[in-house]
Amino acid sequence: MSNADMQTGIREEAARLLAEGRVDAVVGFEEGSLPMRAAPCFVSDPDGADRLVWNAFCSNNLSRYLRGSDRRLGVVAKGCDTRSIVELIKERQVARDSVVVIGVPCRGMADPRLLSDKAGPGRITSVEEAGDDLVISANGGTITVRLDEVLHRSCAVCVRRNPVLSDVLVGEGVPERPGDSFGDVAELSSRDAGDRWEHFSDEMSRCIRCYACRSACPMCYCTRCFVDDTGPRWVGRGTGVGDVLSFHLMRVMHLAGRCVECGACERACPMDIDLAALNRKSCADVERLFGYRAGLSPDAPAPLSAFDPGDPQDFMLEPGQG
Amino acid sequence: MDDGSVTGLQAGWEPRIVAFLCNWCSYAGADSAGVGRMQYPPTVRVIRVPCAGRISPFFIISAFRSGADGVLVSGCHPGDCHYISGNYSALRKFALLKSLLEHVGIEEGRLHFTWVSASEGGRFASVMEAVTARVRSLGPARRMNES
Repeated sequence: MSNADMQTGIREEAARLLAEGRVDAVVGFEEGSLPMRAAPCFVSDPDGADRLVWNAFCSNNLSRYLRGSDRRLGVVAKGCDTRSIVELIKERQVARDSVVVIGVPCRGMADPRLLSDKAGPGRITSVEEAGDDLVISANGGTITVRLDEVLHRSCAVCVRRNPVLSDVLVGEGVPERPGDSFGDVAELSSRDAGDRWEHFSDEMSRCIRCYACRSACPMCYCTRCFVDDTGPRWVGRGTGVGDVLSFHLMRVMHLAGRCVECGACERACPMDIDLAALNRKSCADVERLFGYRAGLSPDAPAPLSAFDPGDPQDFMLEPGQG
Repeated sequence: MDDGSVTGLQAGWEPRIVAFLCNWCSYAGADSAGVGRMQYPPTVRVIRVPCAGRISPFFIISAFRSGADGVLVSGCHPGDCHYISGNYSALRKFALLKSLLEHVGIEEGRLHFTWVSASEGGRFASVMEAVTARVRSLGPARRMNES
C-alpha cells in the first residue's frame, strides 16, 4: 500500500474519530515548511483532517505529545512510536483509555542528511515517492534513490515496523525486517578498549550540550532532569569529553530497559552524533541479561523494577580467583 | 601522602579507589577487618551508603569523572539484604553499568562489585588487595578524568 493511500486512510480515520467525538484532537503530521520535513500537528476539527500527511519524512515520535494532556488524544503511531506508548502506559504516564492509537505500519523513514548527500551540492526542492523509490528534485534535475538506501540509522535496524498496539490500523501490515539490530554494538565490542574510547570520545567531542536529545526522547520526562540539578551537581557543564560522556552515560542508564530504539535522540541531534549507538548497547545488554525488549509486550514487568534471584552474577568479584 | 592530584605515573603513585559500602554488611565488614588488625592497602576511600540498592549509577560515573582510578561497590550477600531485596535490584543496575562503561572504553578492571558480610573482615581485606592490584596494573585512570 502506497504512502498516498495510507495518507488517505489516516485522514479518514482522524476525521471519523473527531466527528464521532471519540477524541478531542488527533496528533499527526502536516506538511513541513521545508522540503523533506513533516511537522507534528494537532487537529481538533474533522474538516482539518485534510491537513494530515503521511510520507517518508514522518519520523518524529509523536508519543512525546501524549503525556500531561487533559484531552483525549488520537495519535498517529508507527511501530516504534507504539513501543514507546506501551512503555508510557506501563509507567503510568499515559492512561490507556485516554488515547486512541491510529497505528500505521512503517517501511522506514528517510534521512534528509543522506538524501542531501545523494543529491550533491545544491538545494533539494522536492522529494516525491514512487513505490520503493524516492525521486529527488535538485539543481534542475532529478535523481532516483531507493528508500532502503537512505533510511535513518534506527530505521535500518528496526525490529518492529508494525504497531504493537493500535485501536485503529491504517493499511496492511508490512513484513518485519529480518536480522539483528545490534550489529554495530557487536562490531565495536570486538575492538579493544582503547579503540572504543577513541570512537566514543571522537563522536562525543561534537556534543554542544543543547539537550535536544533529551527534549525529543519520548521516555525522558522527569520534571527535573539530573543535568539541571545543582545540589548535588551530577554532571559538569563542560563540552570536554569527561563531562559530555558523563551526561550521555547517565542518560543511557536512565533509559536502560526503557529505550525503544526509535532513534528520536539522534534525529534531533544537530551535530549528527550517533547517540542511539550507546542506547543500543544497553538495549542489547537488557535483552541478553534479562530477556526484555522495551515496548514489545504490554504485560512484561519493567526489567529495572524487577529482579530474579537467578540473575547473572558472573561479573561479581571473588577474591582469590585471580 | 596524598597531594590531591592525579597526574600520572609519577614515583609513588598509588591508586585512588572509591568504595561504596552498604551500612549493614560491607561497612561493618571493613570495620571488622580493622578491629581484627588485618592489613590491606591504604588505597581506599570509603563512602557509606544505606544499601547497595541506594547506589545510583550516577555515583559511580561521578567518581570516575572526579578522578577515581577504581571504584568498588560492595553490599550484603544475596538473601542477606537488610531491606530484603536491595542488593538484587542493585545487581541488575550493576550488570548494565559495568558493561556500558567497558563498552565506551573504561578499562575492564576499574569497576568492581562484590558481596562482603559484616563478619567477613578477612574477605574485605582480600577484596581490597585484589582490587588494588588490578587497578595498580592499569595505572592512573585518565579517560573520564581528562578534559
